[in-house]
Amino acid sequence: MPRYRSPVFPFVRPPELDGRPGRRWPVAIVGAGPVGLAAAIDLALHGIASVVIDESNVVSTGSRAICWSKRTLEIFDRLGVGDRMVAKGVTWKVGRLFHRDREVYAFDLLPEPGHKRPAFINLQQYYVEEYLIDRARDFPDLIELSFMSRVTSVGQNGDHAWVDIETPEGGYRLAADYVLACDGVRSTVRRSLGLDFIGRVFEERFLITDVEMAAEFPSERWFWFEPPFHDGQSALLHKQPDNIYRIDLQLGPGADPEEERRPERVIPRIRAMVGERPFEVDWISVYSFQCRRLERFVHGRVIFAGDSAHIVSPFGARGGNGGIQDVDNLCWKLAAVLKGEGSPFLLETYNLERVHGADENILNSARATSFMTPKSRMERLFRDEVLALAGTHAFARQLVNSGRLSRPCSLAGFPLGTTDERSGINAAMVPGAPCLDAPVRSASGKDGWLLDHLGSTFVAMTFDDRLSVPFGVRRLTIGASGDLEDPQGMVATRYGGAPGVVYLIRPDQHVAARFRDPTPEDVTRALDRAKGNSTHDR
Amino acid sequence: MTDSPLKTDWNLGTDGDDLYALLMAAHEGLSDEESARLNVRLVLLLMNHIGDRALLEEAITAARREAKI
Repeated sequence: MPRYRSPVFPFVRPPELDGRPGRRWPVAIVGAGPVGLAAAIDLALHGIASVVIDESNVVSTGSRAICWSKRTLEIFDRLGVGDRMVAKGVTWKVGRLFHRDREVYAFDLLPEPGHKRPAFINLQQYYVEEYLIDRARDFPDLIELSFMSRVTSVGQNGDHAWVDIETPEGGYRLAADYVLACDGVRSTVRRSLGLDFIGRVFEERFLITDVEMAAEFPSERWFWFEPPFHDGQSALLHKQPDNIYRIDLQLGPGADPEEERRPERVIPRIRAMVGERPFEVDWISVYSFQCRRLERFVHGRVIFAGDSAHIVSPFGARGGNGGIQDVDNLCWKLAAVLKGEGSPFLLETYNLERVHGADENILNSARATSFMTPKSRMERLFRDEVLALAGTHAFARQLVNSGRLSRPCSLAGFPLGTTDERSGINAAMVPGAPCLDAPVRSASGKDGWLLDHLGSTFVAMTFDDRLSVPFGVRRLTIGASGDLEDPQGMVATRYGGAPGVVYLIRPDQHVAARFRDPTPEDVTRALDRAKGNSTHDR
Repeated sequence: MTDSPLKTDWNLGTDGDDLYALLMAAHEGLSDEESARLNVRLVLLLMNHIGDRALLEEAITAARREAKI
C-alpha cells in the first residue's frame, strides 16, 4: 500500500445542475494533472479565468513522473511553486552508467555554477499535483477546480467550444472560448475529436516500481546494462523523497504484463537488486513504450498539451517536463489572444513550436529506447561493443545511451523570432533560445536570480539606460546604476552584455530578438512580430 | 571531378596490400561472432576518428548501396 495519503477534494455542485444559466469560461481545462494545473495557474497569472475539470477527487496514485528538469523548476518558480517543490524533492545532477558489474561512465548535467535551480529534482507526481492545487487555490476568483466531474465529449463551433460533463449529481454542458485537453495519454478529448497518434510503439516491456526502503544510495541516477542482478536486461534506479526508490527493470518483448505485475514475480526481482535490506513495494506498473504524437496540437478552439498531445518513453524524463514546457509556451499566447493583445496566429505558433519540441523529445527517447532494446543481431553487436569500448576509450562512453535527459528546446528559426544578423553579439542566447539564469543583485542589495526578475511579461533587457522601450514591455537594466547589478559578471558573459546591447524576451523567458544600438522602432517591430501581429519580412 | 568529401580513389600509397593483410590477420582464428564484433569495434573507432558528418554519411550511403535487398 502506498504510504502517501492524498487530500480528498470535495465535489462542489455546479449552478448548471440547478437550472441556473451556465457560465461561459474563457478557458476550460480538462484534466487536473501537472499540465492542467500548471496551465490554470499560468493563465491566472495573466489574469485569465479557467475551470479545471477532473474525474477524480484525489491526486494521482502511484509515483508516475518523478524527474523534474531545471527548466521545469524555472517555470515552477514563475508559477510561484518552485521553492516548495525543490525543498521536498531530491536534488541531483550526476548520472552513473554501469555495464555488468563495472562503472563505465558518469556524467554531470550541470557542471557550472551560477544557476538558481539544479539540473533535476526527483519528486513524486502526487506531491507536484498537491502543491499545484494548493497554489491554484491562491486564485479563487480565477481558478475553479471541478472534481468528480467526468468529461464525456467536447465540441466546438465558430463562436465557442463546449464540454459535456457527468457528475455524481447529474450531467451538464459548459461553454468556453477555448478548451485545453490536458487529460493524458488516454485523452477523452482526443477520442471525442476522433484524433489519433502518429509514431512508433516499442514491443519491449518494462517493469516500473516504487519501493520504500532505508538505503544509502546517493542522490544520483544509476543505470545498468546487463546488470548481474537482472540477467541480460537493463535497470534504472532513482532516489525519491520519503525513502522511496524508483526501479525500472527491462523485461523483454515476450513478457506477460498481467503475470509480471504480480507481487510474487516483482518481489524476487527487487530482492536480487537491493539485497537483504527490508523493503516494501509501493507501486507496480508494467509498460510498453510509445513515442508518438498528434499531427497537430491545435484544433480550432481545442488545444492539446502534455501526454494527450505526445507520449515518449520515460528514459530522458521528457514526458512531464515536455508537458510543463507546453504550458509555458501556450499560456501567455492564449492570454494575449483572449485579451485581444495578440493575433490568433500566436496559437498556431504554439502548434509549430511545441510540435518541434515534441519531435525533439520523441527522437531522443526513441533513440535511447532503441539502444536499450536492440532489435536485430547486428544492433545488439553494436550496442554491446560500444559498451565494451567504453571501458577503455573515452569516446565510446558518450555513445552509451541510457536516456538523453530533458533539456529545453531551442525555438530558433520560428516565426515569432526576429533574425539576428547585424548585432554581432557573441553569446549563445540567440533568438529562440531559452534564457539562461545568472546571479544578480537588486538595487536594495538583495541577492537573487535573473530569471526571477524576468517574470511572465515581455521584457527589454538592456545594459545601459539609453533605450526608451515600447508600451507593453517592461524594461530591466543590468549594471551598476541599473535595476539589477551583475555582481559576478555572469549576465554579461552569458548574454554578451555591453552598453548598447538589448534583448527582447518573451513572457516564457525565451529570447525574441536581440540588438546592438537599436532604434525604438526596431524594438517595436520585433515586439509586434513576437505577438504574432506581423509575419512580413524579418 | 566531384565535391565529394569521401575519397574513393586510391589513398593507401604503397601500404595497401600490407594493410589488407593486416585486416585479414586480425580476424584469424576468430569465430564468425567474434569477427563480427571486431568489425563493429573497428567501425566505431574509425567513425570517431573521422568525426566528419558529411563524410561519414557519404561512406554509409556508399556501403549501403552495395547491399542486396
